[in-house]
Amino acid sequence: MAARVRRLSRFNIVSLTLGLVFLYLPIVILVVFSFNASRLVTVWGGWSLRWYRELFNDSAMIEAAWMSLRVAATSASIATLLGTLAAVALSRGEGFKGRTLFSGMLYAPLVMPEVITGLSLLLLFVAINAERGFWTVTIAHTTLTMCFVAVVVQSRLGSLDKSLEEAAMDLGCSPPRAFLAVTRPLIVPAIVAGWMLAFTLSLDDLVIASFTTGPGAATLPIRIYSEVRLGVKPEINAICTLVIALIAVVIIVASLVAKLSSVKGESAAPL
Amino acid sequence: MVAAAELAPPTGAFEPGKAVEPPLLRIEGVAKNFGSFRAVNGVSLDIRAGEFFALLGPSGCGKTTLLRMLAGFETPDEGRILLDGRDIARVLPHERPVNMMFQNYALFPHLNVRDNIAFGLKRARMSRAEIAVRVAEMMALVKLEGLEKRKPDQLSGGQRQRVALARSLARRPKLLLLDEPLAALDKKLRESTQIELMEVQRRLGMTFIIVTHDQEEAMTVANRIGVMDAGRLDQVATPRELYEAPNSRWIAEFVGDINLFQGEVTSRVQSDLTIATREAGTLTASEPHSAISKTMVFLAVRPEKIKLSRHGPAADGEGSAINRLGGVVTDVSYLGGTTTYKVKLDSGVVIRSSMANTTRLDKDSHGPGQRVVAWFTPDDCVVLEQ
Repeated sequence: MAARVRRLSRFNIVSLTLGLVFLYLPIVILVVFSFNASRLVTVWGGWSLRWYRELFNDSAMIEAAWMSLRVAATSASIATLLGTLAAVALSRGEGFKGRTLFSGMLYAPLVMPEVITGLSLLLLFVAINAERGFWTVTIAHTTLTMCFVAVVVQSRLGSLDKSLEEAAMDLGCSPPRAFLAVTRPLIVPAIVAGWMLAFTLSLDDLVIASFTTGPGAATLPIRIYSEVRLGVKPEINAICTLVIALIAVVIIVASLVAKLSSVKGESAAPL
Repeated sequence: MVAAAELAPPTGAFEPGKAVEPPLLRIEGVAKNFGSFRAVNGVSLDIRAGEFFALLGPSGCGKTTLLRMLAGFETPDEGRILLDGRDIARVLPHERPVNMMFQNYALFPHLNVRDNIAFGLKRARMSRAEIAVRVAEMMALVKLEGLEKRKPDQLSGGQRQRVALARSLARRPKLLLLDEPLAALDKKLRESTQIELMEVQRRLGMTFIIVTHDQEEAMTVANRIGVMDAGRLDQVATPRELYEAPNSRWIAEFVGDINLFQGEVTSRVQSDLTIATREAGTLTASEPHSAISKTMVFLAVRPEKIKLSRHGPAADGEGSAINRLGGVVTDVSYLGGTTTYKVKLDSGVVIRSSMANTTRLDKDSHGPGQRVVAWFTPDDCVVLEQ
């Protein structure tokens, strides 16, 4: 961008503004109205933190939020582990047959409609008679998000020079050591980014969670959705604002991690 | 000499005293297939300690595959690789006293220059103090002092090349393999780096094997050159032998420029052959090296061996054996140190002659259209059977 110091034309400014307004106006309205003193969602009654106070007294909502955070953290961690292993196997295992088939199968959940994923998992859990609750939602989210992790990590692995590991072996590392000493520090940013992506995807999911959850194990999106059907309370605005803030923090941290590790991955490799 | 080239001690700059020792590296009948493609086809080669050996060949000739088998990244399908008498053909890369410098350098992007060079030393369980000493030594050797803390992406191409060299030398390998190490550098830098590479090799007394497709580079740096084509090692010789006595038409054309005449041997008096060619009439060649048995042969003359003059050399006693070809200059390329002429012979064939510009003022240059006599002595001819 620094290379092209061309000023934006009037058309560009207008279209950019319209685009940003289209994307962010609803969110801005939601955030602003979460600080509304009035009970009526559409009438501005001055600034207040009243709904945040009320939110923290709403134990069902807090419980749902806590449930969502636990599901997101657990499923993101499992998905990161499995997705990274899958990515390594698919990009390094040159010899094995059906690699293309496996890659394709790994990526299928990316384009699969969530309703189908949710329904098929529900049928599975019913068939094996699993008690639906925290673990079924977590497993369902893991199956959804691990392919995202795999895609992110695999693209990083693919961009790495294969001779780096060979150089490490040439300099005295056994193949596993070469992976740990050279490849691992170079893919850590991708793994972190994959975890964050999995976390936000899980936090956000309504469809799969509502298929696979059980009584007493509502996630935050399920809770919000059921509340909104009875009418939008300002309290919902408050919880949504908090979720937006959390996701914004996660994304900012993820991009900072990626940036820092590419600028200086100092001591990233414990030798 | 053609047949004996592989086993004969080199006659070049190499110290003759070491020739009697057993070779450091012996490659015996090594072959490698990739699917149905035979990348390396029965290569045998001896390399002595302290030698700077070049594997030269066009891309796809198998030279890099051979090098990767020496490093341990590929396993030969046939044959043995003996390093100091031990068969290492199936030894893993990290267990070989061999290091490699990669074509794209393969520097670790997350480590600084110091840690890149120290990488192999840490694996070798050297103490902290020893590592510091060795790294400093290597940094001085490749003239990189002061850049210890830089990351690879903060270095120029030439500096990266030096880090890669230092890293591969740091473990003091018995054998250093260099895979097209200078291909990424521009011409000027490449030439100065070739000289530095030779100095480093001489100073450390290490054995280097370099893979290159650049014949000038091979001739500059190496004591001996092995020319590969289609998986086979066609000729192993000193740079001079390779240029002046190639053993096949292919090598004569691959290494440098050459004029070829096909013809039939009509008479033979000791080593003097009379060859009847269609393009250039009857020529006389003196080929004391190889025993020519075929009658259909190729007579090869390097362009700089062909002199041009308006009337030909004075016909003294010896002059009768000189080959003289009449023709017309069609093209003149002034290249600074030399001038290349294209001469169309009376038979219609175009030959090239290259003459050194030894004087600043050129009194008898030949312009296009000038009728000249191109002449060369029988000693300057190479007779090739294949």
